[in-house]
Amino acid sequence: MVGIFQSWNIALSIFNLCLISAVMTMGANIQWGYAGLINFGIMGYTALGGLAAVLISVDPVQEAWRAGGFDILMALWLIVVMVLVIRFILKRFEKSKIRTYSIAAIIISGILLIRFSAEPGIEAIEAVDPAKTGFLGGFGLPIVFSWIVGALFAGGLAFIVGKVALGLRADYLAIATLLISEIVIAIIKHEDWLTRGVKNVIGLKRPAPYEVDLQTTDWFINLVEKFNSGKLSVIENLADRQAALNQLVIEGSSVFVKLCYSGLFLVVVIILLILTQKALYSPWGRMMRAIRDNEEAANAMGKNVVKQHLLIFILGSAIVGIAGAMLVTQDGLFTPGSYRPMRYTFLIWVMVIVGGSGNNFGAILGGFVVWFLWIEAAPISLFLINFFTAGIPETNALKAHLIESVPYFRFLLMGLGLLFIMRYRPKGILPEKIEIK
Amino acid sequence: MDFVNAIILLLNYIFIPALTYGSQLALGAIFVTLIYGILRFANFATGDMMSFGTMATILFTWYFQSLGVSLGVLPTALLAIPFGVIFMILYMLLIDKFVFKYYRHQKSPPVQFAMVSIGVMFVTQAVVRIIIGPADRRFFDGEKFIIKAREFKEMTGLNEGLALKSTQVITIFVTIVLVSLLFWFLNRTKTGKSMKAYSDNEDLALLSGIDPKKIVLVTWVIAGILATIGGALYGLDKSFKPFTYFNNMLPIFAAAIVGGIGNPFGAFLGGYVIAFSEILLTYAYKKFFMYVLPANMEPEGLVQLLSTDYKFAVSFSILVIVLLYRPSGIFKGKVL
Repeated sequence: MVGIFQSWNIALSIFNLCLISAVMTMGANIQWGYAGLINFGIMGYTALGGLAAVLISVDPVQEAWRAGGFDILMALWLIVVMVLVIRFILKRFEKSKIRTYSIAAIIISGILLIRFSAEPGIEAIEAVDPAKTGFLGGFGLPIVFSWIVGALFAGGLAFIVGKVALGLRADYLAIATLLISEIVIAIIKHEDWLTRGVKNVIGLKRPAPYEVDLQTTDWFINLVEKFNSGKLSVIENLADRQAALNQLVIEGSSVFVKLCYSGLFLVVVIILLILTQKALYSPWGRMMRAIRDNEEAANAMGKNVVKQHLLIFILGSAIVGIAGAMLVTQDGLFTPGSYRPMRYTFLIWVMVIVGGSGNNFGAILGGFVVWFLWIEAAPISLFLINFFTAGIPETNALKAHLIESVPYFRFLLMGLGLLFIMRYRPKGILPEKIEIK
Repeated sequence: MDFVNAIILLLNYIFIPALTYGSQLALGAIFVTLIYGILRFANFATGDMMSFGTMATILFTWYFQSLGVSLGVLPTALLAIPFGVIFMILYMLLIDKFVFKYYRHQKSPPVQFAMVSIGVMFVTQAVVRIIIGPADRRFFDGEKFIIKAREFKEMTGLNEGLALKSTQVITIFVTIVLVSLLFWFLNRTKTGKSMKAYSDNEDLALLSGIDPKKIVLVTWVIAGILATIGGALYGLDKSFKPFTYFNNMLPIFAAAIVGGIGNPFGAFLGGYVIAFSEILLTYAYKKFFMYVLPANMEPEGLVQLLSTDYKFAVSFSILVIVLLYRPSGIFKGKVL
């Protein structure tokens, strides 16, 4: 539809983001729909996925490694040693006040030690050509690998968060995960040696060809010519025809690149959909629903509730991590400043609730519908405002003010949509349905 | 060694700003805790409700300014706050009637309430942005400083100046008055006591003839007062921007939980705990040590535990630690 009204280019970029949103929603849906765990930390996992994309695909900055790599590795060592010591103490000594205080002392002194030992290294790294690099860089591998690594990163974080926070009651879990994700963002934003921080990383490698290369490739030009042969044959003049063809090639190249992305993302969505559907109807899925609906009964039946909760928390977050890496792949840049809870946590939750929790197709539908409305809310409301105020002259202050604030109608639309769905269709557009075979 | 200068330095850069910021957080935290204790849900629309109240106050301030009404040295906003409060309460009651009431009657689980409050958050955010726009606004007028840094230096002959902004004094003063009134109300009046009873055990309270409708109404009224005043004071002291208010929700939540959710006094102190730890941990102590230590022991770096970028992260880490070791908060609130 947008393809017809606006342009294919915009339509495809919305479609790609819909696919990514669908993946995120599936991750959140696994946690909320399957197990009833509320996770408001989606933003943090998305950002970690993005970080993975940077660390995998960027070429290593040799100079920075020489300047401060040793210090950073030492700091990493210290962290590992610290964790091991704490584990050792936890295992060897009985729970007591002294143990708690000594662990606190170890953590505080460890942080101080790490700060002072790593400081010169960090400064040296950040001083290496700060306009271009100023960070360690990555491994220089193809960016598609980062989708897996992003999942691992996010899963790792989820393991820690889950260990800490999963025992809390639902609304506290929500607040705790939200705040932890803010901590993650703060770290990513301000540890310049790792992520370049708010200076952003641009020009990431692509899994798809570049537009500029396509425009000079013969087979692509031929393809475009073939596609538009009808349109082109109308033009008589040879020079005009060549110009028109060039224009079409330029347009076609960006559409083609977006199509490549769409294909890749579609593969991910389909694989995830098959896996999640299988899981939903497996004995494991039944067990998760049993735990969700009655924790005590499931516990009494000998199911390890804590372990399963942790597992599903990790799985869901890992899927969100994949989506985060996909997002950075499609944008080609990593901007830590752009991770905001509104866009990456609450909007995803609207998708989950609207689409239908516990239903994977519902999650995908929610991702598509909500993202489409989120993008198209501004044009739609502009149209509506113009329609209803058609009789009022352009100079009217109220009308001008309304038109100026068109971008904010998307919040209104989302909020009202969420409220109405919660009230009149609390299970979402596609409610969960369990077939008993 | 110069202890007087060092103390003035700490007062100027740590103590007074932290006290002000803490007061603003404390009002928000009491708001969160009241809603949680009595209406039984975590209100994710906290920050945006505060920005709505502030917006109403700003609109009235502009109106008064256009009429030429002012309070002389005090900011006009103080005059506008009562009107802002009325507006805020009306808005909250409207939302309660159309949104929350239904779920209260359904006895929905707290998670559902939290989800619904996210819907309210989106709507409120949209309303605020559509009416006043997302820009950064200052609405302070009147005398800016009570003591200027330079005057203080001349008066006392010290190296370090002590600046005291009038907004800081107003914030602290208003907070003390408001909070003492609130505690008097909760502990001494019949309505306040019945609110506490309702929060402790809903069924027992209903049995003893407490009218739940009245409790809910009074709760929203108090919430409206706290949200508007807290928001307006923050806006006076810094500036009004809808996005910042949304972000402030997070330290406010942290304060409420650290203090023990459902416990207003805990929330009040929690605000200061969060504010002081944020500022103490991210302040660069270099100058302080220069005064305290003998000249040859001057520190080389900034002597800063964490860079100021981690201000928010500090309060969240405190929250995580509290959740781990004392899930009911420092001052025993409800057990989670």
